[in-house]
Amino acid sequence: MTLLDLRDLSVTYATEGGPIPAVRGVNLSLEPGQTMGLAGESGCGKSTIAISILRLLPPSAEVTGQILFNGDDVLTMNWGRLRAVRWAGASIVFQGALHSLNPVRKIGGQIAEPILLHETGVSKEAASRRVAELLSQVGLPAAKADSYPHELSGGQKQRVMIAMALACGPNLIIADEPTTALDVMIQAQVLNLIAGLVRDRGIGMIMISHDLSVLATTCQRLAVMYAGRIVEEGPAHEVFTDARHPYAEALAWAFPIIGDTRTRMSPRGLPGDPPDPAAVPSGCSFHPRCAVVRPECSSRQMELWPAGDGRLAACVRVLPGSEGESAVRSVKEESRQP
Amino acid sequence: MSAGSSSVSAAAARGTAPVLSAVDVRVQFAGRGRRRAAATAVDGVNLDIAPGEILALVGESGCGKTTLARTMLGLERPTSGQVRFSGQPLSYRSGALRGYRRSVQLVLQDPTGSLNPRHTVYEAVAEGVRIHKLDNEEARVADALARCGLRPPERFFLRYPHELSGGQRQRVVIAGALVLEPIVLVADEPVASLDASVRGEILSLLLRLRDELGLAALVVTHDLGLAWNIADRLAVMYLGRIVEVGTPEQVFADPRHPYTRALMSVLPESPIEPIVLTGEPPDATRIPSGCRFHPRCPELASGAAAAAGVAEQCTGVPLPVLPAAGPKQGQVSCHLAQANLAADTADARLA
Repeated sequence: MTLLDLRDLSVTYATEGGPIPAVRGVNLSLEPGQTMGLAGESGCGKSTIAISILRLLPPSAEVTGQILFNGDDVLTMNWGRLRAVRWAGASIVFQGALHSLNPVRKIGGQIAEPILLHETGVSKEAASRRVAELLSQVGLPAAKADSYPHELSGGQKQRVMIAMALACGPNLIIADEPTTALDVMIQAQVLNLIAGLVRDRGIGMIMISHDLSVLATTCQRLAVMYAGRIVEEGPAHEVFTDARHPYAEALAWAFPIIGDTRTRMSPRGLPGDPPDPAAVPSGCSFHPRCAVVRPECSSRQMELWPAGDGRLAACVRVLPGSEGESAVRSVKEESRQP
Repeated sequence: MSAGSSSVSAAAARGTAPVLSAVDVRVQFAGRGRRRAAATAVDGVNLDIAPGEILALVGESGCGKTTLARTMLGLERPTSGQVRFSGQPLSYRSGALRGYRRSVQLVLQDPTGSLNPRHTVYEAVAEGVRIHKLDNEEARVADALARCGLRPPERFFLRYPHELSGGQRQRVVIAGALVLEPIVLVADEPVASLDASVRGEILSLLLRLRDELGLAALVVTHDLGLAWNIADRLAVMYLGRIVEVGTPEQVFADPRHPYTRALMSVLPESPIEPIVLTGEPPDATRIPSGCRFHPRCPELASGAAAAAGVAEQCTGVPLPVLPAAGPKQGQVSCHLAQANLAADTADARLA
């Protein structure tokens, strides 16, 4: 059975300035043990999707569509069932471990908390044995259970967050920017750890980041979001190296492959700013920033069209009869024009 | 293109004498509490920045790269050694420092944190002009904003930081540095807190400023991609020392220090098999004997250093501080790399 199935999911935040659609009709599915990367810039709705899966959205959010977790709709399930799904079914590794841990409690107690709350009849001793096991799985000495968060480094705190997410043996882990604040070497350690755990335990994972290169190395599939919609989806490596949507292509180019002479002394960016979610442009919402925009883009309704084997893209250039010129221009060359 | 190349050649005409240099700089922080050892954040660094050169200083958190940048700005006094600007040792009297800081400006990592939320864009950029009592305030502010791609500048004068996007805020911060017509920019992680799509825009702005104004830059980062994107030269720092220097082409094509090699190998799409170093960077209060990288060195652990006969040197013989390197010169501070180099030259002589 499909582990997670988002069907036409839309999330709108009610604010004083009127409704703000953060997610606008997203379909996404994940099989057990599969890993999916979700990419996009700030405000594109990727973190809203992450927290909506566990129904953690604030009351001001209006959600439509379905979120099927093992076939059950998370949006309509009763509280008892929802409590069972949170932590034991699916768990989140939040962004910024530095702020997600309680600074005045020892980390052992914080990891044991979900175990004691979600599993009946577990003694404190059994829970602390589990904590020691979990710590060793994430590569920390068991003695660290007696440490306070401030005694750990950034990478160690992120490992604690991962241990916590694994505590109740979930089938799905949602990792929201798990390595954003970390150094390259610590990032590599944490990504290796996550990839190994996911592989060994057959856990499904959704990893959120704005760094396509990280997602391409850790995930099997990749979905790129822009202004609340998925604009491209496909096998991670193919999307990263040969994106079909101009926005996905620009994101992929943002982090250069070192040694690629095309990016040496020539950083590539995407001019313009992301759209105001309250006033998304008509037609393709990316058209005002698109380098290869066509006249029909400002009015035509985009959908995810097939774009090759197992790939989808919401760009008219993938339709039959369209040639696909490269969408990314070198910013430096452009800026040097008189 | 023509305007850019003429100013670069103007910079070259001034000679390649370094505009900013560190001479055997050492920075120690006293330990807190009784019996706490002093931390040696920067432990002997020689570094030259040529006019119009962009130098990337790369290393992990706690390696001393930010302390070195602060010392170059005169915000931290070196415990020993000197910072030299245009060949003159930096004077730490407040009047002299004020003049120095007009020439060497700082750009910080997080534009949201470095802008006062209650100051308009105009006030943020004009602050430096007022401090240095310069004339034509409005024209200077408008020019700096326009150079940073905020056009027309008048439209941004009365905006507040919260009305701007992250990329625009970073442009305002850079304009605030630029308004004083500096010669060197010191940027600490200038794109780390920005979105992927904005990153390239800000990096190309730094490149353009170099082309148009001949501005030199010291960019402190842990992002090797940034160095590949914009740097003329790359210095890799580990625990207070520079361990490898060279052009990005040299260093990335043939990383000679095991630490550089490990950093390169964990990058996505790297052709090298990933070498994930275990453990955290060691503590600056307890610098290991011999080569400071030896407790984490994969070459020593795998026996490669022993095979080359340098294992004892790695654990016991300290490496000398690297001298300041010229623009095209690559340098490495590693017993094994030196042994290999010696073996190569011996082979060449035999052949």
